[in-house]
Amino acid sequence: MWSYVFKRLLHMIPLLLGVSLLTFLLMALSPGNYFTALSQNPQISPETIAHLKAQFHLDQPWYVQYFYWFKSVLHGDFGYSMAYKIPATSLIVQRLWNTFLLSFFALIIAWGIAIPLGIWAAVKKDSWVDRGCSLFAFVGLSVPDVLLSLLALWFAAATGWFPVGGAQSALYDFLSPAQQFWDRAHHLILPATVLAASDLAGIMRRMRSCLLDTLRAEYVTAARARGLGEGWVIYKHALRNAINPLLTIFGYSLAALLSGAFIVENIMAWPGLGRLTMEAFFAKDSYLVVDCVVMATALLVAGNFIADLLLAWSDPRIRLK
Amino acid sequence: MAGGVILIVLYLVAIFAGFVAPYSYDRQDRDRFFHPPTSPRLSGFRLVVPRYEQLPGAFVYRAVADDTKPIHFFVHGGEYKLFGLIPATVHLFGTGDKNYPVYLLGTDQFGRDVLSRLLYGSQISLSIGVVGILLSFTFGMIIGGISGYFSGWTDTVIMRLCELIMSIPALYLIISLRATFPPGMSSPQVYAMIIIILSFIGWASMARVIRGMTLSLREQQFVLAARAMGQTHLKVIVRHILPNTFSYVIVAATLSVPYYILGEVVLSFLGVGIQEPSASWGNMLTAAQNTEYLRNYPWLLSPGAAIFITVLAFNFLGDGLRDAADTKS
Repeated sequence: MWSYVFKRLLHMIPLLLGVSLLTFLLMALSPGNYFTALSQNPQISPETIAHLKAQFHLDQPWYVQYFYWFKSVLHGDFGYSMAYKIPATSLIVQRLWNTFLLSFFALIIAWGIAIPLGIWAAVKKDSWVDRGCSLFAFVGLSVPDVLLSLLALWFAAATGWFPVGGAQSALYDFLSPAQQFWDRAHHLILPATVLAASDLAGIMRRMRSCLLDTLRAEYVTAARARGLGEGWVIYKHALRNAINPLLTIFGYSLAALLSGAFIVENIMAWPGLGRLTMEAFFAKDSYLVVDCVVMATALLVAGNFIADLLLAWSDPRIRLK
Repeated sequence: MAGGVILIVLYLVAIFAGFVAPYSYDRQDRDRFFHPPTSPRLSGFRLVVPRYEQLPGAFVYRAVADDTKPIHFFVHGGEYKLFGLIPATVHLFGTGDKNYPVYLLGTDQFGRDVLSRLLYGSQISLSIGVVGILLSFTFGMIIGGISGYFSGWTDTVIMRLCELIMSIPALYLIISLRATFPPGMSSPQVYAMIIIILSFIGWASMARVIRGMTLSLREQQFVLAARAMGQTHLKVIVRHILPNTFSYVIVAATLSVPYYILGEVVLSFLGVGIQEPSASWGNMLTAAQNTEYLRNYPWLLSPGAAIFITVLAFNFLGDGLRDAADTKS
């Protein structure tokens, strides 16, 4: 097991290196930088701009910039955000945490609803429950995140039950810890639900088909022939094997979730990585864009790593390979 | 196959958008901002639309009782170019009187007809899906075929590249790619740019699957025979191996079109895609991001419904095709 973990960890290093190199190259290819707009300002002398450019190594070719950037990242420093005028590390850490919170709760909501629903649909195959679930799944797979987020926004504005955007209220700092917790949860519920809804349908369909496949297996027939109760057959024998293939779609589901979070964050004003990326993009704060892309990729790669570990833990055949 | 029928209708309407749309996509009716959807009703044997009167001080309108105009079909209206070539003035329907407008889906914040913009927008949104798929799947198939056929270091390099592209969450990569293009491009340029960006990301997953299929196909007798007859490598790949993957490719393509459509929608929605005054489903939705608009003028969400119907139709069609191609059941 440990050698497997080590191998997978080692595999992640060239991947993240490649991703950072690619985004760095793309940013270098992009026309203009943060100082292009600044140089239009008559109050800032060309010398100041040249000085600032030199300070951020923007006067050097892109591979030299990459080298400087990489060196500071190794020291845990993600550079300095030119647009926000604060160290990028604190900005990134805060936004990354928000995106993680959003995705994590969406993940819990999605899997928490999809798995029981999928089991229910499979057990009651061809009943109205099953039909209802598959119709729901079809609609759920086709509703774009953009539309769902806008509807949620409309819902929040029309009912007033949920705050319209943001991660915390303006008076957050003056609240007691319990109120602060409730405030954050209150802001989180709606975006997390929207994000979960887009993921839910696919997982449910997969759960249903996996369980149906295992229910056809001979050991299930054997268990039934031994006179075991139907509940015991399904939960002790069939379900344990049906869950396995589901772990493989965990990675895909996570990728979809992170892209979905990008949309939800931007529409519902959730201060996460996706929103920061767009802000940095519009401000031409190129280092910050690179940081965001690399961090989002790291989040995805880490999620895939956990999924692989779960899979290896539940299925010994995989770690022997 | 209901999905297929819906899609045929949608694409036909998109092709004849200029004719079906009662107005042009950038015609502004400065007397009627946020006009609510007009509801035609039957009067005798004719469909008639009422005249709407604006209440003072707000964008609130009320239908005037007993003041109606019949809707005519094939009516003369604003000039447009059919297929972008043939100048024409005939529209499918209209009243021919600008005091009795037919805004079936209302107007937006600039007094433009939402239905007309929806139809013109469908030309962009619907075609980007198909063109993007054609481009990225062609590349994906050829690169995947080469990768699986030659194996060795070619394969390693290509597969690592695929992994790299697939490991970045799609929208983050899309935005970084978008940064490499200059701002202030014309609409056709932006259109091409969106297709290039989406295809750049889309080919990787296709290439990986095709590579897997090629690995098993290249050991088969007919491939060995083709090679023994002295055909070039490229010909073996394109003429003999790739056609065997078509049944998978067609299903995968149908199910992937929605991702391209949504890619355009998101880019335009975020303001880095198709720019005003050109219409696309994405940039029309930008107006709905304003909660004040959203609460009072919910018809601004109609592009969202159009996207939903299109994606649903593609999913239906893809599922049907998959069942047809699946020999197991």
